[in-house]
Amino acid sequence: MEILILLIPLSVALVLVIGAVFWWSVDSGQFDDLEGPAHRIIADDDGSAGRTTEPPGL
Amino acid sequence: MANPMTNTAAAATFNYKVVRQFAIMTVVWGIVGMAVGVIIAAQLLWPELNFDTPWFSYGRLRPLHTNAVIFAFGGCALFASSYYCVQRTCQARLFSDGLAAFTFWGWNAVIVLAAITLPLGITSSKEYAELEWPIDILITLVWVAYAVVFFGTIARRTTPHIYVANWFFGSYILTIALLHVVNSAELPVTLLGWKSYSAYAGVQDAMVQWWYGHNAVGFFLTAGFLGMMYYFVPKQAGRPVYSYRLSVVHFWSLIFTYMWAGPHHLLYTALPDWTQSLGMVFSLVLLAPSWGGMINGIMTLSGAWHKLREDPILKFLIVSLSFYGMSTFEGPMMSIKTVNALSHYTDWGIGHVHSGALGWVAFISIGSMYYLLPRMFGKSEMWSLRLITVHFWIATIGVVLYIAAMWIAGVMQGLMWRATNPDGTLTYAFVETVKATKPFYAIRLLGGLLFLSGMFVMVYNTIRTVAGNRPYDAPIPVNAGTPVHA
Repeated sequence: MEILILLIPLSVALVLVIGAVFWWSVDSGQFDDLEGPAHRIIADDDGSAGRTTEPPGL
Repeated sequence: MANPMTNTAAAATFNYKVVRQFAIMTVVWGIVGMAVGVIIAAQLLWPELNFDTPWFSYGRLRPLHTNAVIFAFGGCALFASSYYCVQRTCQARLFSDGLAAFTFWGWNAVIVLAAITLPLGITSSKEYAELEWPIDILITLVWVAYAVVFFGTIARRTTPHIYVANWFFGSYILTIALLHVVNSAELPVTLLGWKSYSAYAGVQDAMVQWWYGHNAVGFFLTAGFLGMMYYFVPKQAGRPVYSYRLSVVHFWSLIFTYMWAGPHHLLYTALPDWTQSLGMVFSLVLLAPSWGGMINGIMTLSGAWHKLREDPILKFLIVSLSFYGMSTFEGPMMSIKTVNALSHYTDWGIGHVHSGALGWVAFISIGSMYYLLPRMFGKSEMWSLRLITVHFWIATIGVVLYIAAMWIAGVMQGLMWRATNPDGTLTYAFVETVKATKPFYAIRLLGGLLFLSGMFVMVYNTIRTVAGNRPYDAPIPVNAGTPVHA
């Protein structure tokens, strides 16, 4: 199982990268507000612009 | 300071063009991939359907089916939804129109090449990574362009927060790059020929293969489609996700724990015993984040369940989450060694895969495409909501028939294979199990046919929605501020 010499360090390196991204995201305030972002995507109106008045078929 | 690129007229809108192209191709490749699936399901019942040609033989069409449904249908759905979600949630146009167009044409070239090479028997024979080395290089180029476009768009976002769906999409893009490069490492035999050999051999190759294979399930078929779920379920329901906090916990726990589930594909093989047990333990751990996410998605409708009665798109999205919950419970159970002793190599595995692939992946994609397609042509709804309802019920009955048939067939095969007489000889010859499975193959074919017919209903509805309407590119809302630099 020499392949584990590649796969295990690769996984460990990946976890370190994920860890670094995690700390960056915490430090940069990504998770300071855990309510607003969920509402903000609902407030983004992507449906009415360009809406036609024709009734849908059937 | 205004970004120089936002001064041009074209940059005042979102790039819907590439989303539109991928959304349409999702429907087209859905038909192709599922039709090939129906053909090979029929071949298991009537082997004559290979017409005595090598090109139509089961062994060549089966990888064409898996590549077409996972990477063509699922891949196009992921490209379309991630490009849409990242633009809307970052309130910024895609980083580069040219690179985005390259991902569309490049990815579709990969699919066309797969459709030509696989029936010709040109294959690396690695499951879910059958494409030969020149195509692997093209995939790598397209994927790097995808990453540049996606993360470039996040970098030029005008909202400070990166919405959770983008975290899922981002992790899927990065992980697939790593998996593809490591697993597809191969040596071409000649520079002008298709043939190559894997850089790994024997059990090493098996380990890399399933490290890739299961993480592809985890990051392509799970994380990517969870990104879709976290955007389109709240949008279609018109309500914020049940718990944003839980969605963040879901993301980090899933990506920290996923990497080592792969060995559960190799239980009772030459793989060292401790690696098998490790794979089993990690698979069981995965139940927790998976169900956290499933509950989070379904509970988004909490207090508004009536919407499920009227809205067929929500039916698709919520039922997809039920199938996600079901198959992420079934998967860890099947990875327990004693259960696996019964289920391995039987049609139970096929049933499990399709409960995930049809029930979860296809349903969430179809629901999301029904949301996206009209918006790509300046409409707020598909041409016919009734036809979406029809599609929903045909598809649901199809999935249920398919997976129930495969469960029964699988458990039956497992029990027949292990049955022994008092003198220690096997009770059944292998051919007896094949004979006993035949009726279930017929039911499976019927289920697959129903699912495919549902896709034709979608095609008709899509044509009627698109017909007579101009492609529409939504303007970027004026209140979007200047780019936030991370």
